[in-house]
Order: sequence, then C-alpha cells, then structure tokens
Amino acid sequence: MMTSECMPVTLEFGGGAELLFNNLKEHELQLPNSRIWTVRELLIWMKDNLIAERPDLFFHGDSVRPGILVLVNETDWELMGELEYEIQRKDKIMFISTLHGG
Amino acid sequence: MDALNFLSKKEEVEKEINELKSQIEEKKRVLETLVSNQNKHNLTNWEISRYSRQILVPNIGIKGQESFKNGKVLIIGAGGLGCPAAQYLAGCGIGHIGLVDYDEVEENNLHRQLLHQENSIGTSKVRSAAQALRSINSHIKVDEYPVQLNSLNAIQIMQSYSVVIDASDNPSTRYLVNDACIMTKLPLVSGSAVGMEGQLTVYNYKGGPCYRCLFPDPPPPNTVSNCGDAGVLGPVPGVIGTMQALQAIHILLESEGVLSSKLLLFDGADTKFRTVKLRGKSAGCVVCGENPTITRLIDYEQFCGAPANDKHAAVNLLKPEERITVSELRTALKEKGKPVVIDVRSKTEFDICRLPGSVNIPLADIEKQSAQNTLKSVISKSPNPNEPVYVICRRGNDSQKAVKKLRELMLLNQDFFDVRGGLHAWARDIDHTFPIY
Repeated sequence: MMTSECMPVTLEFGGGAELLFNNLKEHELQLPNSRIWTVRELLIWMKDNLIAERPDLFFHGDSVRPGILVLVNETDWELMGELEYEIQRKDKIMFISTLHGG
Repeated sequence: MDALNFLSKKEEVEKEINELKSQIEEKKRVLETLVSNQNKHNLTNWEISRYSRQILVPNIGIKGQESFKNGKVLIIGAGGLGCPAAQYLAGCGIGHIGLVDYDEVEENNLHRQLLHQENSIGTSKVRSAAQALRSINSHIKVDEYPVQLNSLNAIQIMQSYSVVIDASDNPSTRYLVNDACIMTKLPLVSGSAVGMEGQLTVYNYKGGPCYRCLFPDPPPPNTVSNCGDAGVLGPVPGVIGTMQALQAIHILLESEGVLSSKLLLFDGADTKFRTVKLRGKSAGCVVCGENPTITRLIDYEQFCGAPANDKHAAVNLLKPEERITVSELRTALKEKGKPVVIDVRSKTEFDICRLPGSVNIPLADIEKQSAQNTLKSVISKSPNPNEPVYVICRRGNDSQKAVKKLRELMLLNQDFFDVRGGLHAWARDIDHTFPIY
C-alpha cells in the first residue's frame, strides 16, 4: 500500500498492558486511509489484529476494561470524545493500565 | 540539724530550684518570641540553622519553612512508597506526620522499604518506620496507627491532617482513601509502583478530579498486579514516594506544580518521565459530583471484589480429588518414574528455582498453540504417557487455573492434577533446602 493511502498512527502501552501486546510498548501502525477511523474502530481493529493474548484482560464491551486509561496525544480521551474521537495522521494513542502496588 | 529539719529544708531548696528552672524556660520562650518578632517569623535560631539549606531556596524561604512546621501529613502505607515519602517529609521538618499500616516488616520488604532494618523483621511497620523518623528528626510529632484503615476508622484518623498520601498497595484501600478524602475535604497525593513503572497524581485538589472521576468502576481483580507477583525494583517506588513527598510540600506551600488533573508516568526501564493531561472533576461522579450518591463510606472490599491488602488468599477452583499434596507428588516422583511435571510460573520465576525435570509452561502462555505443542510432545516422550500430569506453581493457585484450562483445551484423554500449596508447600514439607520467595 502506498504511504498516501495509509495513515501512520503510534500506539503505546504501559502499566503492564504491553504484556498483552507481545510485550511491545510501542506499535507503529499504518491504517488504511480509505475510511475515517474513530477510537471505537481502532479498538475493534486491535481486537482482531493486534492483541496477542487474553483479550478479556484488555477489552470490555466495545471499550477498554475498567482501570485502563486511554490517552490521545498525551491527553485523557475523555476530553477528546472517547470512542468517537476521529484519529488523525501521526496521532499517538496510549493505553495505560493503572498501577495499584506500593 | 535533725533528720526532719534536714528533709524539709532540702525540699524547700529543691522547690526553689524547680521554680527557677521554669522561670528560665519561660524567659527563654519570651526571648524566642522577642527574637522571632524582631525577625517577623516564628522559627527559632535552631530551626533556621537546621533547615537553612532548604530555607535558602527562594521557593521555600522562611514562609515555606513555617508552613512545613505547621504541616500535618498522613501517610497510608509504610512500604515502598510510604518509606521514602515519610523520610523526606521528616527531614524537611514537617511538624506532624501520621503513619497508617496494619502490616509487619518482612524480609522481602527490606530491599525497598528502607526505613525498616533487619532487626525490625516481624515488628509493626508503623512502629519501625516511626522510630526511624524520630531518629532522623526528634523535633517533629509522629503519630502511629498500626491498624488496617477501614470505613469505620478512616475519617476519624484523617481529620487531624491537612494532606493525605496514598502509599497503599491495593484498589480497595485506594477507593476508601479517595472517598474519605472527599468527605474530609483533604487533598490526596496518590502514588503507585509495580515492576519498573510508577504513576503519580493528586486528587481532590482545588476543583480537580478524584480517583472515582477517573475510575468510576473498580478493575476486575484478576487484572490487578502487585509487587509480590510482578516484582518491583526498589528505586522505582523510591522515585514515586519521594515525588509524593514533593507533591505534599507543593500543597502545603500552595505553590504551582501540583499534579492536579495531570498524571505523571515514570518508566524506569527506559528512564522516561511523562506528564499527561487528565479530565477535570466529573459532574456525575458518585462521590465528588453534583449529586453524590456515596455520602458515607461503604464496604470497599465488596465494591472491588478483593481484600484490602496485597496478600494471597488461597483459591479453590478444583474438587479435592483433582488435587494432590506435595507428599503425594514426592511418592509419584519416586515410584512412577519420571511423571510429567508442568511448572506454570513465569520464566523469571522458573529461573529462580524448579523441581528437577519439571517443564516450564507459563500460565499466560497456556492457551497458545506453541505451549500445547510443547506439552503434547513432553507427554508423548515420557516413559509413561498415560500417567497423570502434575501441574505446579508457587502457591497452588495458578496451578488450579492451569488445570482447569488444560482440561478445556486438551482433546487427548489426559489426567491433570494440581499440587496443593505449590512450591511453597514443597519447601515447607518436603525439601527444606528449596528456596522460598
């Protein structure tokens, strides 16, 4: 696929969420540019294509499970429209599992 | 002079001495007040000398040191986060520090909980940490609460303080501390650390969000990792706990730099600090929103479906006849000649210690095709492929999960047994030279 037909997006995982994604903290994606991608659609894509194990520890319904914080370009997704946020070229989406230990 | 006369004269002189002594003390106080009035502050010369290196920092100054002296900080948890937080606050001269922890010092705490000493193993963490704080600074007040914080005592304990530091280790306590802070209107410095990572934020500060605004629903218990399972490297909670002390200081000083509506993420593996922007206070929050439905503390263990500690409760997923004891395992190893033993701990744990001949298939991998292929091949190569397979782990919890999974996954007619109590039981009952971690 030519670059112009793809949308580069970076996914980052932290707080242990990376363990479910092949233990990789950063994933560089090229999403097909043929449609609009919302976070909702990204999550579906991740469920089908990216998660390596135990999806129930990450997803819940059409969202992420309680205790996982989603950040769009280092901002809480709640301020960005959550599932409906339209992903832009070169966006960085982070999935941080909250830590409880001490 | 007769004896009676002597005694009464002696008493009289002693009384005079005491009166003079208290007069001297009183005069000293008058002088101190005079000096500090002259200086326009209430720090003594001793305090100025002791804290001079931080008073010299323009952000602190005399006013800041006065705020420290009047500061009252409660620390929930005297562990990996609470120790460094308390140590720095005591060093700074925070006038009143409270410590809450129900737990006792264990040997495996000492690598990171540096207020505790080898000779405090088995004693109260709060006692041990308080003694250490008093030896750092004998001029501050340290209150000890060697109790489990709960819905009955939390508000009572917290209302004597002006800032709360959450240095606890489990979600139930974190929700409890959050709700109690809302009810007592106290800012909450929340830190956490596991493995190589830490997180830090401040809740309920000047209209910012609370823990529930961010996390209205508790995490499923099976997704909560803790230091006892995932491990933790000492300096990581050291960094976060130290920064919790710094946040408490910012709050006492009412200065900029309070992490309200912001979350600091620390990744010690690649030495990265990041501060991300969080949502504001949620109008619909059940505890701090416009129409709160939680106005009294609730049962947090029930809410989270997990106890308010990071200890391990034994789980019972299998029927008694599906489990064997470590002595039965020893007999099987002796008599049956090389039965297959599957160890479902992580590779890191398997590298620490293992039963000779056991094969490592981590629980996390058990559903993978590669893991099942390994298992099938190990079984087919064993001298007695029809013998049951024994599944072992650290404490006998994960091995039950593994047995359940394997029964679902394996099509071949294979018997699986889990070993009760796991390698801990093996070390206790069979082989005293086997390490316990």
